[in-house]
Amino acid sequence: MIKSAPKEAAQKRIRIALAGNPNTGKTTLFNRLTGARAKVGNYPGVTVDRHFGEIQLAHSGRAELQDVPGTYSLSARSAEEQLALCAIAGIPPLERPDLVVVVLDATQLERNLYLALQVIELGLPVLLALNMFDRLEPEQLRIDPKALSKTLGVPAVGLCAQTGLGMSELLSAMDDALVRPESARASAPWLPKGQGIDKDLEAIAKCIPGAWLPQESQAKDQNRKQALALWALLSIDENDELEGIPLDLRQCVLDRRNAATADNRETDKEVIRARYEWIEASAPSFLIESGDAGQSWTDRVDRILLHPALGFGIFLLLMGVVFQSLFTWADPAIGWIESLVGSVGGFVESQLPTGLFSELIVSGVIEGVGSVLVFLPQILLLFFFIGLMEDTGYIARVAFIMDRLMKLLGLHGRAFVPMLSGYACAVPAILGTRTMERRRDRMLTMMVVPLMTCSARLPVYGLLIAALVPPGDNRSFTQGLLMVAMYLFSTVIAFIAAAVLGRTLFKGPNVPLLLEMPPYRRPHFASVLRMMLQKSSVFVREAGTVIMACTIIMWALLSFPRQDQVSEAPPSAVQSEQVAGAESQSGLQLRQSYAGRIGRWMEPTIEPLGFDWKIGIGLIGAFAAREVFVSTLAIVYDLSEDEDENSLALRDKIRNERRSDGSKLYTPLVCLSLMVFFALACQCMSTLAVVKRETNSYRWPAFMFAYMTVLAWVASFIVYQGGKLIGFS
Amino acid sequence: MISSTRCLSDLAIGDTACLVDLDGERSFKRRLMELGMLPGTLIRVIRRAEVGGVLELEVRRSRLSLRMGEARGILVHAVAEPEPDPSR
Repeated sequence: MIKSAPKEAAQKRIRIALAGNPNTGKTTLFNRLTGARAKVGNYPGVTVDRHFGEIQLAHSGRAELQDVPGTYSLSARSAEEQLALCAIAGIPPLERPDLVVVVLDATQLERNLYLALQVIELGLPVLLALNMFDRLEPEQLRIDPKALSKTLGVPAVGLCAQTGLGMSELLSAMDDALVRPESARASAPWLPKGQGIDKDLEAIAKCIPGAWLPQESQAKDQNRKQALALWALLSIDENDELEGIPLDLRQCVLDRRNAATADNRETDKEVIRARYEWIEASAPSFLIESGDAGQSWTDRVDRILLHPALGFGIFLLLMGVVFQSLFTWADPAIGWIESLVGSVGGFVESQLPTGLFSELIVSGVIEGVGSVLVFLPQILLLFFFIGLMEDTGYIARVAFIMDRLMKLLGLHGRAFVPMLSGYACAVPAILGTRTMERRRDRMLTMMVVPLMTCSARLPVYGLLIAALVPPGDNRSFTQGLLMVAMYLFSTVIAFIAAAVLGRTLFKGPNVPLLLEMPPYRRPHFASVLRMMLQKSSVFVREAGTVIMACTIIMWALLSFPRQDQVSEAPPSAVQSEQVAGAESQSGLQLRQSYAGRIGRWMEPTIEPLGFDWKIGIGLIGAFAAREVFVSTLAIVYDLSEDEDENSLALRDKIRNERRSDGSKLYTPLVCLSLMVFFALACQCMSTLAVVKRETNSYRWPAFMFAYMTVLAWVASFIVYQGGKLIGFS
Repeated sequence: MISSTRCLSDLAIGDTACLVDLDGERSFKRRLMELGMLPGTLIRVIRRAEVGGVLELEVRRSRLSLRMGEARGILVHAVAEPEPDPSR
């Protein structure tokens, strides 16, 4: 998915990687350096955003800056975590950077240096960017960048990414490091020494594949081998989810680890301890601490926001605002997009000669694009809120507050925000699962989010609840109660599904919670806005293509074979559409279309739920998107397409619809069964398309579709047959 | 001023302790150590959310949260608080 950069004639492209711990302001720095010229793509094989942009340096010229996902360490358990090493060391298919800028939070230097040491070990040119330098004085700290640079052997610059302080120094230091790379390369005096570990590393180094090495000189390769052997020793084990590890390397590490354990040695501890002991021993030369860590402001805020009762209440209130705004603020924008798409479609239709091509363009392509664009307002809003929560540091508190409930359900603490967003729309909610690092947590959340009552179910519920109530009777209280009951029902089922799936299919070791609670910071609005735009454009570009393809297929199913192809009526009668009446024409077309045939073919399977083949057609239409059910039913019952859900005519038609034996079709029980079906069935191509994109496989969307459909069928069956048994009709 | 070995989960808010040993799944233990929680490291308990079952700690000037369940696998020596915190 990554566009390869245009090759500059005979000149190697300069690449700079930006690495660092989470919460160090790395993204703010990246945005400040690259300005508006940043792009976002995807790393090959995993769903991790890849940000890159261009910067201009005085002597080195143009360089490409890549934002490496934030990490506390290069050691990895999963393919996602492995990316950091691959991007920094340039392990294929990722390109090798010419310089690695490590961003450090100067107020937590010791811990941040741990990652810096690992990067330096790789023997690459490294530059340390000490961010939040302006926070040192209030926290009674002092850092001497020159002394730090001397101790570590690589250049270091103090700066503040939020205000822009020290940016020119950073740029010239980057330039220097690129012009004289040897000045930014250091050896690693902190590596653990000892008979056991030396032998381990020597053996593992022999298995490091040649493609992972710089292949520049013997010495550099040897250095890199040593560092990668350390990485392998700390990362590989029986349960890891790493990718592209050669079998002999894996076996060698496993053997060495087993031998070490038998010897009563803990290799992880030996290595990590060696690095930290070196940091502690050398810190006095560049770091002066004259007081205790002062997070008094954050502490005071947390006393309220993490309060067992008050904190929970405030969180629910905030979520209420998010939820409400997804509905109310996005609604007018959705209306504009819909009418814009409608008028574009109308204009194109008037310009093109009537026929199949015009129908394909209008009903297939334009409506397909429209069905993607209507998600934009909600996606933009949701990512605005998620961005704000991430930027201020509140998202860590959400996980803290929600941990117990979510753990009970087998979900990650951060799953709560996507679950709640699912009430508005599953598509942005699924995109929002990216705030969770582990694949299992993400997958589990993704699988249950579509069970939440999204806004697309509302028109269907509205129609069916209205049909439930006899004409003239205005029992709005009952109607409201039914609506609330549907929300509760979907939530309870989603929780149960999470608990069941989390204990079966997504069974894994109970994942320990380990959260960093960063100090509260003022959000950087430019960064929040940029993230919001980038996430949305990724959605439009990638999910959009799939959604559009599906819309075109649905259109084809509903419009082929053409009515005039199967009709025995003379052609002249077909052509005079106005005379014959467009409504019955489209109704006839639908019945004879493939969708109509499938509807009749599937009738036996939905009969036990109380549905007939006409409802079956509605269900096929609803597979594209739930709200299509209403317009499809309108066509089925010979009404014009633009009849909306509030139309009395459609309600009355439904109320009066009879089975072949003359009994009423839409009895309260059938309506209830149908609503339960809609609550649980996965009738949303956009959701499936997004799941396909996020999981990078067809298996998961297929599984989601299958399990939700089976669940919906069984639940509707129980409602209808059970209801009949106890005497309802 | 070192008392007997205890679980991290038994400490009260404001207590400072010296880490003795870690227990748990490999990747969790590794991550704890990489975040600076090694034998000999000083840890202070900032918050105990009894309802949520989560513990907030200060380690090397940064704040970390973990569950009581996992904190039971972390052994510490309680260290007497050197000076009373005036804000409490």
